[in-house]
Amino acid sequence: MNTSSLTLVGFGPDGWGKLLVIAAGLTLIAALCSFAIGGLLGTAGAALKLSSAPLLRWIGTFYTTVLRGIPEILIVYLFYFGGSLALTHLMHLAGFPGFFSLPSFVIGVVAIGLVSGAYQTEAYRSAYLRLDRGQIEAGKACGMSRTVLLWRIIAPQTLRFALPALGNIWQSVLKETALLSIIGLVELLRQSTIASGATRQPLLFYGTAALLYLLMGQLTGFGIRSVEKRLGRCWER
Amino acid sequence: MDWPFLARTAGELLTGVPLTLQLTGIALCAGFVLAASVAALAHNRLAPLRWLARLYVGLFQGTPLLVQIFIIYYGFGQIEYLRSSFLWPFLAQAYWCAIIALSLNTSAYGAEIIRGAIAAVPRNEIEAAQAMGMSGFLLRRRIIWPQALRYGLANYGNEAILLLKATSLASVITLMDVTGIAYRLVSKTYRSEEIFTISGMIYLSLTFVIVGCVHMLERWLLPRNRV
Repeated sequence: MNTSSLTLVGFGPDGWGKLLVIAAGLTLIAALCSFAIGGLLGTAGAALKLSSAPLLRWIGTFYTTVLRGIPEILIVYLFYFGGSLALTHLMHLAGFPGFFSLPSFVIGVVAIGLVSGAYQTEAYRSAYLRLDRGQIEAGKACGMSRTVLLWRIIAPQTLRFALPALGNIWQSVLKETALLSIIGLVELLRQSTIASGATRQPLLFYGTAALLYLLMGQLTGFGIRSVEKRLGRCWER
Repeated sequence: MDWPFLARTAGELLTGVPLTLQLTGIALCAGFVLAASVAALAHNRLAPLRWLARLYVGLFQGTPLLVQIFIIYYGFGQIEYLRSSFLWPFLAQAYWCAIIALSLNTSAYGAEIIRGAIAAVPRNEIEAAQAMGMSGFLLRRRIIWPQALRYGLANYGNEAILLLKATSLASVITLMDVTGIAYRLVSKTYRSEEIFTISGMIYLSLTFVIVGCVHMLERWLLPRNRV
């Protein structure tokens, strides 16, 4: 890499460094929001799939099968085009003419969250099934109510068992946020496209973007693994 | 329900299925060959070769596929050396760029699956075979590979489904696969719900086809697993 390339990705007056770092921050925020939405949906999905009512189980299975069998990009597109059309339609019904659109951040985060929820459903479900039944019995015998049981016995252990799978899902969510670039959100990939268009240096900027994705993935992965280790101490003998 | 429109749309979207299947099939085969080579490196006696395999897997698993596609499609054109090499006729076409990116990407995941499957072969079976005097290719063909296949086949089937879904990203670099056609139709008619729902159903059916194929392969290759 020569000096002019370094200036271009650097933080000087001609450098894109600052913009790239801000965009990487937005990528991280989008991934966090998507993962959180996925967590809520995943919990709900796992509850559905573990339910004793066949209809609820069927809904849960439908959710995970469909959302895991369709490309993420289609879901992002569906929300992007469909979301704005639905909103415009609603606003027309309410008496507001014109075209309305949702911010692409919201659309993208919901779409990616919906997909990640399907994967998180499986993570929570299999973690729940690994729980020691005896502990739930014991909790009941001690007179714990359902809420206390859930809060003190079920939730902490399910989370601990699900953690390795959740770590993998987090990594894929982080990478999937790159899809938000095609609906116009200026996250890391979009910012790199803008920069490579302005400087005619696509290799440099996409390469930098790749490195930043790697860095974010490695750092968060390291964090998750150390939490895993710490929480795993009670199983060590 | 506007049935004529749905039928026409489904007809147009289905013309993208051959390209989607082509991308999936070629990348799956090329990716498997690469994955097997990388997995072989990961088991090598020389530490630098093992590091190389880990670096390869880490690079392709750690970055978004879309970035990889862009680097190959837009970035490689910047390298003067490549532009004058015999590779350029391929790298100048979106089709080959997509195939290269998809193959490299899936090979990194495939390598991990193969490595895991080979590591899962029980040590004592290998030792028993060695005690019987088997070694080298015979040991691999009779003991290691059949066992590894048993452990790895289902995982590789999942990877094939992920690959099928990943081919949709080729539409971003102008390829007219199912997603590319869907996008074009939506920007023409703005009837996004119907069009994307039908394309979703096409992908879902293709997923089920892959699941069915993997089941058939399992029954054919692993008769002892039959219940």
